[in-house]
Amino acid sequence: MGQGINDKVAIIGMGCTKFGEHWDKGSEDLIVEAFTEALGDAGIEKKDIQAAWYGSCYDEFNVGKSALPLSRTLKLPFIPVTRVENLCASGSEALRGAVYGVASGAYDIALALGAEKLKDTGYGGLPEINMSYGTKNRVIFPSISAPGVFAMMANRYFSKYGMTIEEGKRVLAKISVNSHRNGAKNPKAHLQRIITEEDVLKAPIIASPLGLFDCCGVSDGAAAAIVCRADMAKDFRPDPVLIKALQIAISSGEELGYTKWDGTYVEATGRTAVRAYEEAGIKNPREEISMMEVHDCFSITELVTYEDLGISPRGKARNDIEDGFFTIEGRIPSQPDGGLKCFGHPIAASGLRMLYEMYQQLQGRAGERQIRDPKVGLTHNLGGFPQMNVVSLVIVGL
Amino acid sequence: MKGIVSYGGYLPLKRINRDIIFKGMGWLHQATYMKGEKCVANFDEDSITMAVAAAMNCLEGHDRDYLDGLYLATTTSPFKERRCADIIGTTLDLKSQIRTADFTDSTSAGTSALIAAIDCIGAGSANSILLCASDVRVGKPGSSQELSFSDGAASLLLGKEGVIASCEGSYSVSYDFPDHWRTEGDKTDRSWEDRFGREEGYRKFIPEAISGLLSKCNLYPKDIAKVIFPGMYPRDHASLCKRMGFESDQIQDHLMGVMGNTGTAYPLMILISALEASKPGDKVIVAGFGNGSDAVLFQVTEEIEKVKGQKKGIKRYLESKRQLTSYEKYLAFRNLISPEGGIRGEAIAYTALSLIWRDRREILGLCGTRCKKCGTPQYPAQRVCVNPDCGAIDEMQPYRFSDKKGEVFSFTADLLAFTPDPPGIYAVIDFDGGGRYWFDVTDCDLESMEIGMPVEMSFRRRYVDEKGGIVGYFWKTVPLRF
Repeated sequence: MGQGINDKVAIIGMGCTKFGEHWDKGSEDLIVEAFTEALGDAGIEKKDIQAAWYGSCYDEFNVGKSALPLSRTLKLPFIPVTRVENLCASGSEALRGAVYGVASGAYDIALALGAEKLKDTGYGGLPEINMSYGTKNRVIFPSISAPGVFAMMANRYFSKYGMTIEEGKRVLAKISVNSHRNGAKNPKAHLQRIITEEDVLKAPIIASPLGLFDCCGVSDGAAAAIVCRADMAKDFRPDPVLIKALQIAISSGEELGYTKWDGTYVEATGRTAVRAYEEAGIKNPREEISMMEVHDCFSITELVTYEDLGISPRGKARNDIEDGFFTIEGRIPSQPDGGLKCFGHPIAASGLRMLYEMYQQLQGRAGERQIRDPKVGLTHNLGGFPQMNVVSLVIVGL
Repeated sequence: MKGIVSYGGYLPLKRINRDIIFKGMGWLHQATYMKGEKCVANFDEDSITMAVAAAMNCLEGHDRDYLDGLYLATTTSPFKERRCADIIGTTLDLKSQIRTADFTDSTSAGTSALIAAIDCIGAGSANSILLCASDVRVGKPGSSQELSFSDGAASLLLGKEGVIASCEGSYSVSYDFPDHWRTEGDKTDRSWEDRFGREEGYRKFIPEAISGLLSKCNLYPKDIAKVIFPGMYPRDHASLCKRMGFESDQIQDHLMGVMGNTGTAYPLMILISALEASKPGDKVIVAGFGNGSDAVLFQVTEEIEKVKGQKKGIKRYLESKRQLTSYEKYLAFRNLISPEGGIRGEAIAYTALSLIWRDRREILGLCGTRCKKCGTPQYPAQRVCVNPDCGAIDEMQPYRFSDKKGEVFSFTADLLAFTPDPPGIYAVIDFDGGGRYWFDVTDCDLESMEIGMPVEMSFRRRYVDEKGGIVGYFWKTVPLRF
């Protein structure tokens, strides 16, 4: 590995809209809101931004291709703007562009912004997947949906670890209950109510064995980060947040094309975690990570991520979940903002939304949800399916 | 010697009891009431997919490269112009240097194609021809045709070597008989009075063809082990046989009560069921019906003993069934009602036909690749080996998955993704011999799905783009039928 990104770049401002079904707002409104908050938070002016990276996934339902939607909406003064798309990790990918731009020395201050307007399709769930996976795959893929492909992982996991569907679903229910408990305290979350295990277990099935409360919502939203050289960060604020690691791993295709993968974990998460921990100098993640926001698109995803990140031993995440290890009072609070479960998942905004929570927690600004004295926060942003995916990890600290 | 070398049948899994149709459509005339059940093609099946299924059964154990031709008989082609035989040929991964033809527009097209294929072989123009006959017959809701019409397919491999039933002659009569017809834009047949078709057609043409064949071959009814012809009028079937001089033990069960009238495939399907129970030396006559009649004489050879019980013909398919208890679902499967698909259901991306052409062997033929370096089979076809310990570039040879069995690696039943028959079940499949890919699962319910369940492949309609007039054919997974 090269030198890595560790401590070279700092976050000096962030913004995040309320996530939800914004029938009265378009992408442009969401972009302006997230940007205005980030700019104010950093205490800089628009002209100080030297380059920008814009993440959006479903351009066809959203604002169109290219970086023009961001530049035109914010009237960015002919600076370099790049649009990035890497499925559900598009927001993290925008951050990566901005951070690498600054780390290279090319720019002092850069903007990363992710926005997604999903609720213009006319139906529930994500936009129909066959529209977006290519001319050949749409012929030779089965009629999949996002809940379905993750449900397949749940069936594999239950089978491998000898759980009945009922047992497995009860473990998964605790994951969703935890997120809702946190989300209920977050005014920016889409779903702000407490739920019970029984609510989860009684909910209608979406893709067996996953029910409605095993699935994250679909919402509109935007989030933004302003990053700068670490050595100048304190000129802007006393508590900048440093990027300790920024890693991404992409499937080689062997999970679905070869027969080695056993379907109970996400290969790319494990691969990217090894690199991120090395980059951040973390030896024992279970001891050193203070808190995290993982990509809980579905309850099962959160469960296997605990294991893939090396927090819980293989097959043992259940014990940690049942012990309250990931609750806000636990050893590593997970989803302190409510997670995708309560925020919903405006694709390209989610990665930056997770970072927004870690950033505010590190600065002691998380209000009712404040975790005591966190040192290191981790975000995990997964795009695609367990069978083929894009995984981005960001580790931040003061 | 020329004749039948192999056979394969196919009946869709679903059956509907005719009482369900009768109860659904109360104004049916008592006189046209028919007992028993009929086959129902699933929503993702059509004449092409069922022809492929029968042909796969027929070709099991036979070298596909040896084929010189492929004929399809159907009155229910999904296309007005685009030859189905060519789609089937590509799907079966046959070589391109073959002759193909679609025989159509009459239910006797099955026997017409049979005679054409045998004559072609007899003339020395081909050594081997694969014949498929397949129909999804749709009757107007409430009509007597709806009770009678059924869905199914038959396939015969015709050739010179390893003949199990040699062709000894044929006799045809042709009439422009207007008992029923379908024109541009008609979804279902129009027909003249039922008695007219029965008395002026069925009762006359079939005896004319069979008697003509007997006298042409200097044979008498007593020489024939089984006489085989469609039984769309069950009572007349028995009396016709009697009138022609056949005893009851010479009459092949017409399967009307358990299968129904499968159109062009019908005479060939009952021929197959006769062959399944035949013995060397048996002489059988099969006759088709529609715009006249064709009658063909076969003599069963010693070779029949080698295939008996080995082939997937008709008998086991008749036993392998699941009842469809909803008449409304039957109507929806045949596109006779249009249930809500939602905006998601309408969100179908365009099909790149140049891609379908370029990757035809991969998409229609389900051919992937196998790495020459490490031996890993992989789908879809790859240029760079997927085995992480290999990664060889351009060391691939074609590898056909369509005839491989496999087991379920993981699965789900999805209520979000659109399917005309929810829930949509799909699974990742590990193939016997290596290779993994994911497919829709059809002819199956969630309750019977489990990890490790043995499965096989079935060619189906993967999607239909009504706006573009495109049927997206691909392979799905099904539980082992038997």
